Order: sequence, then structure tokens, then C-alpha cells
Amino acid sequence: MKLGPTFRLAARALRRNKMRSLLTMLGIIIGVGAVIAMVGIGNGARAQVEAQIASLGQNMILIFSGSTTSSGVRTGYGGSGTLKIDDAMAILREVPGVVAVSPEIRSFSQVAAGNQNWYSQLLGESPEYFDMRQWPLTSGAGFTDQEVRAAAKVVIIGKTTATQLFGTADPVGQIIRIKNVPFMVTGLLKSKGMSLMGNDQDDVAIVPYTTAMKRLTGDTKLRSINVQAAIADDIPQVQQQINALLRQRHGITPGRDDDFTVRSQQDIAEMATAQSKIMTLLLASIACVSLVVGGIGIMNIMLVSVTERTREIGIRMAVGAHGRDILMQFLIEAVTLSSLSGALGIGLGFGTSSALSRFMGWPTQVPLIWVGVAFGVSALIGVGFGLYPAWKAAALDPIDALRYE
Amino acid sequence: MPAVIHLDAVSKTYQSGDVEVHAVRSVSLEIHAGEFVAIMGASGSGKSSMMNMLGCLDRPTSGTYLLDGIDVSKLDRNQLADIRNQKIGFIFQGFNLLARTTALENVELPMFYARRDIPAKEQRERAMKALETVGIGKRSDHHPNQLSGGQQQRVAIARALVNQPALLLADEPTGNLDSRTSVEIMDAFQDLNNQGMTIVMVTHEPDIAAYTKRNIVMRDGVIVTDKAVTTRTSAKEELRRLDEEHAAAQLIPS
Repeated sequence: MKLGPTFRLAARALRRNKMRSLLTMLGIIIGVGAVIAMVGIGNGARAQVEAQIASLGQNMILIFSGSTTSSGVRTGYGGSGTLKIDDAMAILREVPGVVAVSPEIRSFSQVAAGNQNWYSQLLGESPEYFDMRQWPLTSGAGFTDQEVRAAAKVVIIGKTTATQLFGTADPVGQIIRIKNVPFMVTGLLKSKGMSLMGNDQDDVAIVPYTTAMKRLTGDTKLRSINVQAAIADDIPQVQQQINALLRQRHGITPGRDDDFTVRSQQDIAEMATAQSKIMTLLLASIACVSLVVGGIGIMNIMLVSVTERTREIGIRMAVGAHGRDILMQFLIEAVTLSSLSGALGIGLGFGTSSALSRFMGWPTQVPLIWVGVAFGVSALIGVGFGLYPAWKAAALDPIDALRYE
Repeated sequence: MPAVIHLDAVSKTYQSGDVEVHAVRSVSLEIHAGEFVAIMGASGSGKSSMMNMLGCLDRPTSGTYLLDGIDVSKLDRNQLADIRNQKIGFIFQGFNLLARTTALENVELPMFYARRDIPAKEQRERAMKALETVGIGKRSDHHPNQLSGGQQQRVAIARALVNQPALLLADEPTGNLDSRTSVEIMDAFQDLNNQGMTIVMVTHEPDIAAYTKRNIVMRDGVIVTDKAVTTRTSAKEELRRLDEEHAAAQLIPS
């Protein structure tokens, strides 16, 4: 008995009961379709998160002052202001593999130009900041070292801030007032979109960190330090070295908690994607229930089919079919049924997924591996749920089967 | 030349609840190549059990059964299936063709289960030839429900012949057919027998048994009569007679 003709046999048997086959398949079709659509949505969301992570910059390591894990008083990131400019300079100087640092000061402030005013995020950064975050300017230029040394009253503004203050006009060369101090706008940043937390990253005004300390906050403590590593693979090592260096500089004895937190881009990415992973998993497991129900449907129909075709089984056995031949015939029928459903379900999943992205604007993305997994799983369902009916058919006694009315 | 069927003290006992039913009791029998045998008996006489054993659908409880020289009384399920496939052609009362399957594909079925791979082309040719042998080659693409009873039984005969078996086993082959068609089927059997085919047929109709060469009568699980047929009916003559009667009936003005 050959596999090819047995498949043809199965196809013919299924075609004889088109409506029944289709209804049986529906369970698996919907199950697989749901899995594919869910995975598509989950992956789309992850891809979006990843794009946002990438918008942080390349090979970024963020050091926050304070620590959420410190014993006693918990201060939260950036709370206690334990980082200093010297720390940033020491990192750049002493940690190999670090190509750039930008001490960061962050506050919010009213900014005004002419008769317009707006509440923006205010950042103090180094000239390297824009390169680190891969954030190009659409007009004007970045800070110079000279401006940093002189704590010059220059500001680079984001797209949103610019639009709020100047409309569509080019803001470069204009004056804006921050906390009543006049600043010259020297650059306009390209739009970067939303951050991971959903903040508008373009709603920002960036000044040299020295300027922020001297003229705006009057504080010498940093909220955080942005560090860029040369090579992505070095990041864990660089993180460790920064950790060791800062502990030494801050005089933290072994056994005591850090007064800062070092986070790499990957750490942040992992945290952000963990949630979407859980969501995807949850949805996919609900879809799996549908697959199991579909499998039971297949088993049910195969059992009916075996009973209906008892006489056929008897005839086949009388002319020389082994039990194994009968087993294979029904098993292949079940597998054909379920694989076909799998294929249709994949189509349905892709359809749903692209409809969602078109009409709801959800980003979706179905990885090819999942197509293979979905197909394989549906074939396995056919084997799993088809085995019992097929075994039942194969165990029939030819005499009884031939006599069956 | 060894006998096609050699039964030596063959018994078949069924367990029906607490009661043992002795369907066949120590039957010894030889049927040689080229014989045409009718097994007769009332229902419950053991002829069905006999038929199932002869057809290797069932094994004897005790005794030895040599089919074409092979001891089949100790074979397992799969080996019996192979014997059925290679050595025996079955013809049933209810034809037992696969529905919604063409005559040609029905005839190909035993080759599908042959343990030796037969190329599709050869299968087709052999099936076609078998259909032509029983005079139904032109209807090879018909489904059973498009064929008359007689035609369906011919397809079944073609299917029985296609693997060139040593033995044709027919279980009430004319039971579902009208009298003229029955004669036609007997004609086909007599032709096959004349070509050397060994045929064993179960029937309860004495006039059908009269077409064979040897009649065996069973009662209560034993053979009570086993004799050669002295006045054998020729199916061809019977058909001619029926045609003449029919023609005569046409001539009588109503």
C-alpha cells in the first residue's frame, strides 16, 4: 500500500461529503486563524516597541541616580541626585568601550516666544547627545564645545515645541524665553514620535547641560547619564565596569546597595516587551482551546465516518487489506482534513491580520516560523484525534464488517 | 497435483454466552483444481461458518486447512489477508462493491492491497481485461448505482478474478438476482470453470446447484451428502431455451 494513492483516496472520501468536511474543518480553521492573527498582532506590537527602543539611540546605556532597590528609603530613578558631572567624565575617561557620554538634567518649564507660550520638557545635554540618540537636526546646528564651556544661552527645540511657538516658520535664529531667560534657537530637531511610555519626544527644548545647571535649575546634580558603547556585544561588560567605577567613586562598601541604576537599552526593551509577550501568550492559549475543540470535532466526524463505512472496511479487508492499511487510510483522511484546515486557517489568519492593520491601524507582522508551526500543529491534531477512530476501523473483524447493514 | 482445498477434521466452535456452539464439526474435505462445487444446507447448517473458513476470513478452532498447499489454519490476521488477496476471489450475495467508485476502480481494489507493487498502468490494464472477460468492459467508468444487479455481480466477478486466484468463493451469488440474470451469472461461472477455475459456491437453491459439478449438503455442522452432479444444467442451453420461450411469447397474439 502506497502513500500517494492513499492520499488520493482520502481526498476523494472528503470530497464526497463536502459540507460535512467543511464544517468539521471550521473548528481548526478558526483556531489556526486566531493563532496566526494573535501572533501577528503580538509581533506587530513588539516590532513597534522595538522601533521605539531603537529610537533611544544606538548601544545606549542609561545610568539613573538613585535606585529603586535600595534598602530603607526608596527614591526612584533620578530622585536622589547622586550622579555628578565628574562621574560622567570619569566614565568616558576610564571605561573602555565607551565612545560618548551625555550628562542629563531634566525638568519641565514654561517656554515662550513672542506672544505664544508652551509647557515643554527641558533637557540639559552634551553636544554628543544628538549623535547618540541618532536624532538629526532638520535645520540649524548642534551645540559646540565652546557653548558648553560658556554655558551659552542656546537651545535646540523639538518639532512639537517649534510648532506650538512658531507655527510653520523656521525657528532657527529666533529667541525663546525659558524661565524668563532669553535663549537663541540654534537648531530644530527631526520628529522622533512617541517614546515607549507614550510621551511625545518632540515636545522638548534641549540646552547644554552646563547652561541647564547654571541658569535654569541651579543644581549641580544629574538626573541621569547617557552612555554610548562602541559595540553592542560589549554592553554587558561596559555596564559592569560602569557599575564598579561608580561604586568606587561613591565610596560604596561591598554589601551595600548601589545609589544608582545602570540600565542598557536591552534591559529596557525586555521590560517593555515582557508585557506584550504575556498578552500574546494569553491570546494564543485561548486560540489553542479552539484548536482542541476543532480536533474533537475531527475525531467525532471520523468516528461517524468509520461506522458509516463499516461495510467498505469489510470489503477492503476481504480483498486483502491489512489492519494497518485501514488504519493509514483513516489516519491520512484525518490528517488531510486537519492540514487542509491548517492551510485555510493560515490564510484566514493573514487576512484578519492585514484587515486589522488596514482598518484599525494596528501594526501586525506574522513571522514565517509561526506559519510552519501552525501547519505542523494542525497536522498533529489530525494524527492525535484521528488515531482512535482509525484504530477502531482497523480493529474491525472482516466478517462482522461485511455483514454490517 | 495437490488439492486446492484440503480440510482435515476441521471444527469451528463459537462461544455464545455460556453456550458453546459447534458450527462445524470435524469436517474433512478435498476439492481439486478445476472442480465446481455447490455447498448447500439450511440456515444454521454450518455452511456460512464453512464459507468463512474456506475464505480465510476466519480460522478453524481445530483441524488443518491446506489452501493450494499452504497451511492457513495457523496464520495470523495479516497473513490471512495476504492469502485472501492472492489466492481467493470473493463474490457476495450483495455484490459488495464500493459505492461511488467506478467499476474499473472497484476491480483495481485487490491490486491496491497486493504486497507487491503493481504499476498503475498494469493495474488499469489488468482490471480492464478482467471486466472484458465478464463482458462488461464498456461500462468500466460506471458507478455501481448506474449498473443493474447482474452487471454489478459481473463487476464483482471481475474483481474476484483480477489477482488470478486459485479459488473463486461465491456466497449466494444469485440471491439478489432475477432468474434470467441468475442463469447469466451461472453461464459466466461455467465459462470460467471450463477455463480451469476452481469455484466453490454456497447456495440454497437446488436449481442453481444443478449448474455445478459436485453438490455438498451440510446439516448441523457435518457433511451429510457429497455427490457428483449427474444431470448438469448447461447455462447456455438454459439461456437459449429462455430466449425461445420469450420469442414464442411474443408470437402469441394477446
